[in-house]
Amino acid sequence: MKKQWIRHAAAALTILGAGALGFGVAAWADGKPAKHVKHARLIKVSARRFVFNPSTIKLKKGETVDFELKTEDVLMGFSVPDFNTRSDIPPGQVMHLTLTPDKTGTFTFLCDIFCGSGHENMSGTIVVE
Amino acid sequence: MRRNIDRRQFLQLAGLGGAVFVSGLAGFASSGAGADAGSGGGDFYFVQLSDSHWGFQGPAVNPDAQGTLRKAVAAVNALHDAPDFVIFTGDLTHTTDDPAERRKRLGEFRDIVKDLRIKEVRYMPGEHDASLDAGAAYKEFFGDTHYTFDHKGVHFIALDNVSDPRASLGDAQLQWLAQDLAKLDKKQRIVVFAHRPLFDLAPSWDWATPDGAKAVDLLMPFDNVVVFYGHIHQENHHMTGHIAHHSAKSLMFPLPAPLSVPKKAPLPWDASAPYKGLGFREIELEGGKADITELPIKA
Repeated sequence: MKKQWIRHAAAALTILGAGALGFGVAAWADGKPAKHVKHARLIKVSARRFVFNPSTIKLKKGETVDFELKTEDVLMGFSVPDFNTRSDIPPGQVMHLTLTPDKTGTFTFLCDIFCGSGHENMSGTIVVE
Repeated sequence: MRRNIDRRQFLQLAGLGGAVFVSGLAGFASSGAGADAGSGGGDFYFVQLSDSHWGFQGPAVNPDAQGTLRKAVAAVNALHDAPDFVIFTGDLTHTTDDPAERRKRLGEFRDIVKDLRIKEVRYMPGEHDASLDAGAAYKEFFGDTHYTFDHKGVHFIALDNVSDPRASLGDAQLQWLAQDLAKLDKKQRIVVFAHRPLFDLAPSWDWATPDGAKAVDLLMPFDNVVVFYGHIHQENHHMTGHIAHHSAKSLMFPLPAPLSVPKKAPLPWDASAPYKGLGFREIELEGGKADITELPIKA
């Protein structure tokens, strides 16, 4: 329990620190979102070789969302370089990643852990309006 | 350097000469001191080939997928003066999920490049060769995935940013690099090879190395450093401080310019200009300069 609290506190500190840069970032395994993001819109993203579902995600600028990430087969990554955030997605675990986009536009998210012969095409789009 | 003049004249006469990029002000900047550092210094040139992706199939992208590497081998053998060495900077083979097929492709690649009439041929893995098994199959055929060697006063360092599927160099390799560099004079001429860019060229296209900046930081105190890499299937020239980074063309298919299109994908074959965008390069280390000559693949 203590370890879980420390993990959530660390995630909250990460969010607060990143918030100063205009976006929120946190990732942890099988935990619940930290208190101040509990009302974030939940967006479930499923990964399998070599696709993300959904592959297009629409967000609003300034809206905090909580990505719930799962993989159906092998270890994957979920990376959004334009917002400097990422998470591993290990098999059998549920990962969470919060994001508060501070700019509008169309941005790529991708698997950044080489996962097989179709890895290089494994990406999707985040549209921030 | 008489040999060099002859070779350049030959390239011009044969119509083979491509763009010459002189990185004398970008990398090997301190000519006199840098050239003199180390022992046995002398001018020479080597050949960089990259991203041959042996095993790739896609007629719309390269209908001569079985022949392009062989053409490159023949072109290197036909060079007027033999290079001191040849290096393949990764993605020797196209990836496959089948470990047996991976070894088959590595073996076929090795057998084809055996025809190179060059005394010294060096290799490095790309993520297509090594990321699915931490370089296990690659090592069976070509040995270590990172190493150093010295040649005519230049210290060469081959880094591995592909055996980790996250594309990191990793703390152990960075420590190894730091220990290697600690032995060198700050004016030592250093050439670094990597498969992926060591800087953030286009992270959303996976054209980066997560901890590449740590390697660049370790290299930064040295006056004369230049980096040659592959991965992006095109020429690109970039500076991090005084360190120049030069990417090479592919021997299988070209890719679009960084972030120039929404989705990265191989450029289609141009029947009116076969092998367009493919090629290899000569790199001449002469005094304080690194001169690059791009050479095409021809039918």
